[in-house]
Amino acid sequence: MSVKPWRRRVGEFMSRISVTVDGVSYQDDVEPRTLLVHYLREQLGKTGTVVGCDTSNCGACTVHLDGRSVKSCSLLAVQTDGHEVTTIEGLSTDGELHPMQKAFHENHALQCGFCTPGMIMQSIDFVQDNPSPSDEEVRHGLEGNLCRCTGYQNIVKAVQAAASATAAGTEGGAR
Amino acid sequence: MIPTEFDYHAPESVDEALRLLAGAGDEAKLLAGGQSLLPVMRLRMAAPEVVIDLGRIEALRGVRDDGESIVIGAMTPHFEVVESALVHEHALVLSEAAATVADPQVRHRGTFGGALAHADPAGDMPAPVLALGGELVIQGPGGQRTVAAADFFEDYFTTALGEDEILTEIRIPKHTGWGGHYEKFTRVAQQWSIVAVAAAVRAEGGSITEARVALTNMGSVPIRATAVEQALAGTPADADSVRAAVAAVAEGTSPPSDINGDADYRRHLAAVLTRRAVLAASGA
Repeated sequence: MSVKPWRRRVGEFMSRISVTVDGVSYQDDVEPRTLLVHYLREQLGKTGTVVGCDTSNCGACTVHLDGRSVKSCSLLAVQTDGHEVTTIEGLSTDGELHPMQKAFHENHALQCGFCTPGMIMQSIDFVQDNPSPSDEEVRHGLEGNLCRCTGYQNIVKAVQAAASATAAGTEGGAR
Repeated sequence: MIPTEFDYHAPESVDEALRLLAGAGDEAKLLAGGQSLLPVMRLRMAAPEVVIDLGRIEALRGVRDDGESIVIGAMTPHFEVVESALVHEHALVLSEAAATVADPQVRHRGTFGGALAHADPAGDMPAPVLALGGELVIQGPGGQRTVAAADFFEDYFTTALGEDEILTEIRIPKHTGWGGHYEKFTRVAQQWSIVAVAAAVRAEGGSITEARVALTNMGSVPIRATAVEQALAGTPADADSVRAAVAAVAEGTSPPSDINGDADYRRHLAAVLTRRAVLAASGA
């Protein structure tokens, strides 16, 4: 299959998308090949979502699409047309951290912090389905997220703390 | 990296998708969940000039009861296969295998039909579909045809699907009341199967009456272990009896040798994993 990038003018094949990101509606023109993560970072300036690998292994770019966790490096921006995306930047309300963000903070669930946005987004998705997880279940639920610092222990603690805080109803605002 | 440029289409019906596919010929690639395609496009190992996204075709998504079979839409994401009560009741091994695919994020996007059409020999969906005698429903310019799983997988990443055809749904004969287990061997998280075994077992009074067994990554295509199935029929569902019945499961296979293990190691694994899968599926 031949590749002929020169046969096109820049912008010749732009697609118009309507997408809600962190509660705000956007209408934007994107190239079909634009990955969701690049749209978020470069077009919307939402650099809280990071690119950690080029192989879709690391999960650092995890966001929610219609409420389910996805890797935004393995989605085209055009695929989100008509849908709703939530990033790490859309979690806090009125300056109040999301319970999962708060738990990561309180349990020192980060070392260099690069994997943290993806860890938090996946953890929120995970505790929706499993509000009272064991250590083993948390580790399994975060299988798609890699921490190169290997600081998993406190991440597991944080996810359990957020889950039990939410279950106890002491923290409002959990999804 | 980012993919090379392509024309993007998002048809809302299978007919429209077929027309687009016919117009684009071999320059086109169908996009299902994109969890295999987009990573290779990003690495520019694939550079289709036309991408036809099946994600807007609602008719291709969901699981339904069709009497003797359950029917799974090709665009049903893995997590919906896992959560489906119909799949759990009538095709337990498939439910279990879908739960082991990659990681949660990938299971939210990756699709059942996409995984079958991709036909990665280490992929987890082909073996359970083969074990349960599934049939793949294919639409093309000339209409619809149905291909048995045993005839669908032809070689590494190669299936009976023509370039102008679309896999639309998969029919799985009901195995109601059968136990099922998918035993997958990996060394690290989110790894592809080094070897895995899909087993569906009907057991009565501590004895196996019928068994269906298929192997993942023991060759270029999934392999149905028919000799082992016959040996298991009438076998007591205990470790020693099952071990003896499945000992020759790797006979006649040509597993790959790679960084994760050589062919002999995989043959050994196949017997161990088959014993575990069959015992778990028998409720023993």
